[in-house]
Amino acid sequence: MRIPMRQMQDNQSGTIRAVRADGELGRRIRDMGLVPGTEIRIQGRAPLYDPVALRVMGFTLTLRNNEADFIEVEVD
Amino acid sequence: MSDTTLALAGNPNSGKTTLFNALTGARQHVGNYPGVTVEKKEGIHVHEDRRFKIVDLPGTYSLTAYSLEEVVARDFLVNERPAAVIDIVDAANLERNLYLTLQFMELGVPVIVALNMIDVAQQRGISIDTAVLSRLLKVPVVATIARRGEGKAELIEVAERIVGEGIRPQGLDISYGEDIDHALAEMEQAIIAANLLTDVYPARWVALKYMENDEQILSLGRQADAALSASLEAIVTRVTDHIKATHDLYPEAVIADHRYGFIKSILQQGVLSVKHDRDRLYMSDRIDSVLTNRFAGPLIMLAVVWGLYQFTFTYSELPVAWLEGFFGWLGGMAEAYLPDGLIKSLIVSGIIDGVGGVLGFVPLIMFMFLGIAFLEDSGYMARVAFMLDRVFRVFGLHGSSVMAFIVSGGIAGGCAVPGVMATRTLKSPRERLATLLTVPFMNCGAKLPVFALLVAAFFASHEALVMFIITLVSWAGALLVAKLLRSTVVRGESTPFVMELPPYRLPTFKGLLIHTWERTWQYVRKAGTIILGISIVLWALMTFPGAPDAVKQQFDTDRQAVTVASPAAAQEIENAAEGATLSAAAQTLQGKLDGIAALEAEADLRYSVAGRIGTALETLSHWAGFDWRTNIALVGGFAAKEVVVSTLGTAYSLGAVDPEEAVSLSTKLATAPGWRPLTAISLIVFTMFYAPCFVSVVCIAREAGGWKWGAFSMVFNTVLAFSLAVVVYQVGTLLGF
Ligand SMILES: Nc1nc2c(ncn2[C@@H]2O[C@H](COP(=O)(O)OP(=O)(O)OP(=O)(O)O)[C@@H](O)[C@H]2O)c(=O)[nH]1
Repeated sequence: MRIPMRQMQDNQSGTIRAVRADGELGRRIRDMGLVPGTEIRIQGRAPLYDPVALRVMGFTLTLRNNEADFIEVEVD
Repeated sequence: MSDTTLALAGNPNSGKTTLFNALTGARQHVGNYPGVTVEKKEGIHVHEDRRFKIVDLPGTYSLTAYSLEEVVARDFLVNERPAAVIDIVDAANLERNLYLTLQFMELGVPVIVALNMIDVAQQRGISIDTAVLSRLLKVPVVATIARRGEGKAELIEVAERIVGEGIRPQGLDISYGEDIDHALAEMEQAIIAANLLTDVYPARWVALKYMENDEQILSLGRQADAALSASLEAIVTRVTDHIKATHDLYPEAVIADHRYGFIKSILQQGVLSVKHDRDRLYMSDRIDSVLTNRFAGPLIMLAVVWGLYQFTFTYSELPVAWLEGFFGWLGGMAEAYLPDGLIKSLIVSGIIDGVGGVLGFVPLIMFMFLGIAFLEDSGYMARVAFMLDRVFRVFGLHGSSVMAFIVSGGIAGGCAVPGVMATRTLKSPRERLATLLTVPFMNCGAKLPVFALLVAAFFASHEALVMFIITLVSWAGALLVAKLLRSTVVRGESTPFVMELPPYRLPTFKGLLIHTWERTWQYVRKAGTIILGISIVLWALMTFPGAPDAVKQQFDTDRQAVTVASPAAAQEIENAAEGATLSAAAQTLQGKLDGIAALEAEADLRYSVAGRIGTALETLSHWAGFDWRTNIALVGGFAAKEVVVSTLGTAYSLGAVDPEEAVSLSTKLATAPGWRPLTAISLIVFTMFYAPCFVSVVCIAREAGGWKWGAFSMVFNTVLAFSLAVVVYQVGTLLGF
């Protein structure tokens, strides 16, 4: 099932299928290794439920929810 | 022989600074890259008979043209052509770190990979075959543990070999997919044929950057050869349309995918073997599950901030007192041994007080930076940003802005100078600018005596409550102004919050000291020189031209009169030793003389340039309820907010008033004509928002990258403060207060 990253639950994992952002945001996202085929796991969310922290390639990354909207994930 | 340049590059947090320090020791020089505020660190490493000049490039994840740091790194590599780039790669994080490595290789610079944090990788059960990695990447790979200095000798030997034998990089042909490869080849030929930018950049790289839509290269290309540039852009458009149609992607995305694909394929060819599950919870994650916990997280954060605050202001108290004592002593010496007159006044009130004022901040800044360096190096700062981003984003700021606000006096009593400097941790330019322009609204330690004085005079029964309200008002003001700035002068989209949460690490003592020292020294050097000049100017404003002779004569006559009236007491004062107790009559006379001296000081001040400015401003300032005395005090407050109270003291002819013990002044104000609670509120509001002190302005100009922002903060803040004060005073008056 493919869903936007924002809708993933804590501790849910999946594989990135598409990154729809372009421009600076798109580049920042890709620079950090969030490209199609990469496996990720949601590590948690900040106390106000935004930003989200995720685990990717062995390190932890944070994204705002409205940035996570651009990333489509095939969840396990 | 001239120095051989080596550049040190890598992702943030990969251990760059540590390796730089290990290589260069104390032989460092910190400056700026030309024209920008990105720090440039250089050091020297001597190896046999070669001197290596080692340049620390800013830590980046990529080499795009989007951030200042990346452009700086890129420009340095192509313009200065270092003999080699030592690329520090975090072994525990190989995949993402190699993304930058590939981009160095695309650029055609000789790369030496320093595979750092091997110890951390081992702990995590990651083992890396450096020989295979080196063979597949076609660059030398050296395993290092920067923290212990391991591997640095080998690194330098490799560099020596590259330089000595003139080894050129072999170049790396990554396939970016058929469509793009094909177009790149076509573009490369055209670029070589026309020599477009090839004096600086490799042709294939220029083609690649066109494909990635890189603003810097596009504009350089258009300038150099508009026609060729147009035809290259046409190729890019063609490919873009095709890829958009077939894959629904932009070429940049496809290129990034292929870079990562290339890295993955290398790592799978026997480079990397991982014993444990990669997602297994490490110590760091367990710490995070508490420190960023929904409920415990914010509480712990409050405690940490409180702790930082206590640490800074408690421990710096003693050295600050020493420094104040020292400058007091120096002033006392000058007072005692210099002949009376202008020179003495200049040295005591202008130079010693001015420079003392600046250096007095030094211990505060040092402790604040030590605390901040600890929070940064340990990785906690990134968590604070993570937890608070949602709140600060509403106002166009960033999660990391919070520290600057707190340091500046978010909990009353900080200082805007270290606060402005603390914004360096913010990597987003617009958010950073908005932050450093608004932190001076916080209630710094120098504004507190002003508030304390007014509150004691007019709201003595509700002191704590009023002080609390003052704190809230300054926060609200700062955040709203930030929002205003972000929608006007610093308009622009918010910078993406794509940020790494680095694993928690125990900072090294040496690292902390180096961070602290660098920042403190920069403050002393820059602020010190400018402040000296400004304090002399201010001294002159408050001294010249002094009261006219007729007025002075009147004071002399008065003095004469009281002395003649009681000759015995006068004789006693004349002969009394320092500190001796005087008889009642002599004390009365001394009191009268002091009173006259105070009136004279008041007159001198009134007739000085500052006094005339104050009087002239009355026409305007009466709208906010301020008379000339308040005006002078506020003018003096431009130098340092502490001056407000002491100048008010002189203006009310109380002689020198110690700002910490201004009881007499507050009783005086409470009964002085023209003063009522509303005037006090108006003055509190004005003091809270008006121009930051000069030291802060200097820092703002420096950190924001131009005097235009320093001037902006003076003018904008003063206009804002005055408008607010007028509204408060006029509305209050209408309502009958
Ligand atoms: N265990 C271990 N820790 C290291 C090693 N190298 C550096 N560190 C630690 O990693 C942390 C980050 O190192 P820095 O040198 O500040 O990293 P940097 O790349 O300069 O980071 P920025 O200043 O954020 O650009 C510090 O706490 C170092 O002590 C290493 O080889 N092994």
